Amino acid sequence: MAGDPLVIAGRSYTSRLLVGTGKYQDLEQTRDAIEASGAEIVTVALRRTNIGQDPDAPNLLDVLSPDDYTILPNTAGCYSAEDAIRVCRLARELLGGHRLVKLEVLGDKRTLYPDVAQTLSAAETLIAEDFEVMVYTNDDPITAKRLAEIGCVAVMPLAAPIGSGRGIRNPDNLKIILEEATTPILVDAGVGIASDAAIAMELGCDGVLMNTAIAEAGDPVQMARAMCLAVEAGRLAWRSGRMPERRFASSSSPTEGTLT
Amino acid sequence: MRVTVNGETHSLPDETTVEDLTRHLHVEGRIALEINREVVPRSRWTAHPLREGDAIEIVRAIGGG
Repeated sequence: MAGDPLVIAGRSYTSRLLVGTGKYQDLEQTRDAIEASGAEIVTVALRRTNIGQDPDAPNLLDVLSPDDYTILPNTAGCYSAEDAIRVCRLARELLGGHRLVKLEVLGDKRTLYPDVAQTLSAAETLIAEDFEVMVYTNDDPITAKRLAEIGCVAVMPLAAPIGSGRGIRNPDNLKIILEEATTPILVDAGVGIASDAAIAMELGCDGVLMNTAIAEAGDPVQMARAMCLAVEAGRLAWRSGRMPERRFASSSSPTEGTLT
Repeated sequence: MRVTVNGETHSLPDETTVEDLTRHLHVEGRIALEINREVVPRSRWTAHPLREGDAIEIVRAIGGG
């Protein structure tokens, strides 16, 4: 939204929706969905090149050009600080000195919950190497605070397990994290449908990062648009300040001048 | 000499550089490369000779969350 930018590492973004690029049918659908989402920051993964593959086959970065989008390389799939650091260094090389990364160090394959000790250790090393670290973490307020203190540029607690689509499972913890925040707080993981994104924004989150909720929707391009609107609606609602809740009804029409 | 590239063994002539390898494998586009867990910047590919037993990883960006 104009006049209410999301500022991460000193750069301003109009959109508060960040999207992943995984699980789409093909590159065309990826491009169309991301365009419909209005996202300016898009995550990518790094994987081994297929040796022997057609060298002219289109590359993700041809479809989503770093000139048009802020590319956020992600350490998804890393289960140790060491591997996550390697991926970030490779990403910096791949993207010509790029500093912004999404750090994700996973604890196990079943939950894809973060390994907090490894995450903290990797973040410290990366920050010392001048990376700008947006960090995936659990919804523990103490960990979130610690990650901000060591210099992460954004802290991104999960709302529910990655790819689960279970929505905002623990708004109380997110509220505590938000109350004590010194960096942007983005919900990363767990959003399933547009109202989940709106709820995250209504709590006061600075943004939402999602992938599966769009990519696995029946119509990903339409869902991308829905998520764009939901994030914007939630943000506007949060900025507006909600009405007080009451236990009983309060008439909307004047009570005076009714017919007798 | 024998090296591994993305986990697979390759036999290469002696005095092969990183640049030679990427051309040989047709992987010159948007990639990054590390040897024995250290990134080798593109600017050093022509000058960097491969050595027997080197473990080379070549990566690209793909869709991900």
